[in-house]
Parts: sequence; C-alpha cells; structure tokens
Amino acid sequence: MIVVVASLVAVMLAAAIAALVFRDLLSSVIASCPVSLVASILFLFLQAPDVAMAEASIGAALITAVFVMAIRRTSRYEE
Amino acid sequence: MRTAFSIVVLAVVAVGIGAALLAVPFGSPKTQVGDYYNEHGRAQTGAANMVTSVVVGYRAFDTLGEVTVLFVAALGLGAVLSAAGGRSGRREVQPASLVLLAGSRFLFPMITLFGAYVFLHGHLTPGGGFQGGAVVASGFLLLYLGTRGRRVNRIGSTVAESLSGLAFVVIGLIGLTVGGRYFLSNFMPTGALNTLFSAGIIPLIYIAVGFKVGSELSGVIDDLVEETA
Repeated sequence: MIVVVASLVAVMLAAAIAALVFRDLLSSVIASCPVSLVASILFLFLQAPDVAMAEASIGAALITAVFVMAIRRTSRYEE
Repeated sequence: MRTAFSIVVLAVVAVGIGAALLAVPFGSPKTQVGDYYNEHGRAQTGAANMVTSVVVGYRAFDTLGEVTVLFVAALGLGAVLSAAGGRSGRREVQPASLVLLAGSRFLFPMITLFGAYVFLHGHLTPGGGFQGGAVVASGFLLLYLGTRGRRVNRIGSTVAESLSGLAFVVIGLIGLTVGGRYFLSNFMPTGALNTLFSAGIIPLIYIAVGFKVGSELSGVIDDLVEETA
C-alpha cells in the first residue's frame, strides 16, 4: 500500500514540476492535469470518495478545459 | 524606518500566531459536535450518508450560501466576458475528428446518467448535488469538444438554474412555515434508513443543487467556448 501511495505521489510531483518547467503553456496545463487526477485517487485511498469525485470532475476535467480556452484567447508561449 | 516597523509588526504577528497554535493540543478532539453527529445523525436526518446528513441536514443553510457563491461567480464571469469583447459572430470551425465525435455522442448520455445517479443517491452513497452537477457539466464539455458549433439551449439552462435555486429557497420556506421551527427544517417523513425515498427533504434539495450546479457550470463552459470559438 505504502509503495503504491509513494509512487502515486512521485507521479504527482513529477507532473507538478513539469508544469512549472514547460515554457509552452498548453503543455504546462496538460501536465498539471495528472496532479488533480492522482490527488483524486489519493482522496479515494483516504476514504473520501465524495471529495475524489469532485476533484476528478472539476480539477481534472473542467479546470483544464477552462485553462485551454484561456490560452487560446491569449498567447501560447511564456515570454 | 518603514522596513524596521514592518519587521517588528511581522515579528509580533508571528509570535502571536505561533503562541495560539502551540496552545492547541494536536491530535485530540476539540469539539463535541462530531461525536454528536455520529451518534444522532442517522436517527435525526434519516440519511445513510453521514457527510450528506451534515451538509444538507444540519448545515443546509451553509449549502444555500455555497450555491449562492457559485451563482454569483458564474454571473460575474458571464458579465466580464460579455464586457471584455463584443461577440464577434460565429466563425467557421473545422469539425472534430470522427473518433471524438463518435466517442462524445456515445459517452454523453452515460456521463449525464451517472451525474444524475450521483445527485439522486446523495443521501445513500458518496457524492451529492455538487459532485453530480460537476459530472453533468463535464459531460457537456465533452459534447462541446465533439460537436463543435452546436450550442446548449441557454434559455433552457437559465430556466433550469433559476427554478432549481428557487426550489431550494421554497423548500426552506416550507420548512419554516410547516415544520415551524427554523429555515430549511425537515417537514417530510424520514422513512426507512438506506432506501431511495428516505431522509425527508435531503434528496429534494440535492436534486435542486444538482440541476443548479450542472446548468451553471455548463453555462460557464458555454460562455468560454463562445468567446474562443
């Protein structure tokens, strides 16, 4: 169990660091999506399935879509 | 001078917050309200899901406040977007790929059904109005990605949003008059625990919240898509 959780946290950290490092904002948004996805799995492990549901639908799906639409309206690359 | 002053103020604030935090005994229950909910929650509200019995039973008024906050946020987003740039008409958009089109048509009814299940069974299984509404809105997002240029019926979604918000308040007012004790008090029989028709007004409130959150978040997506397309 602890190995599974540790590897999930590692995936989360790697995705978060990637989101910070990318200069291409679209890649950055896509990289920040797994952070929410893994967080929802961790919420499930912590016996909070309702929080996991909200995190998966809002954090992973809707927030990503909102950011992608905002990038389409502004500029794609960080200056 | 100002720097020294701000450092002193920060130090005082830090010492105060630190002392206050150190005074709290960590790991020990600080209030008795949690024990009370665990002991009496099921008998008093009739909801098998403890989280729901707190969120919509004991603290339904807070939930009304949360719904209002979400409503004002969606309203503000719509106002800002419509003020930022005039709607420049609908440009020609290239159609989505066959896989996305077929996938969205296939998955949209299932996602909507799952969202409806989540908010209908909010008093029995994990989840509730907010989660179910968000799931429904993510289904609408998929529909937008698949079938470009097709719009959700904004009048219909506005009517659903207004009626569900109104239903929440009306249920609360009926509780105030018929239940006679307080706003949003339960005026219906709680029924047998762990059945669909139980828990009094909780399922009704969660259906209203599900419709409201779903139509609001779909409206937010519609605003943004209309601006970018």
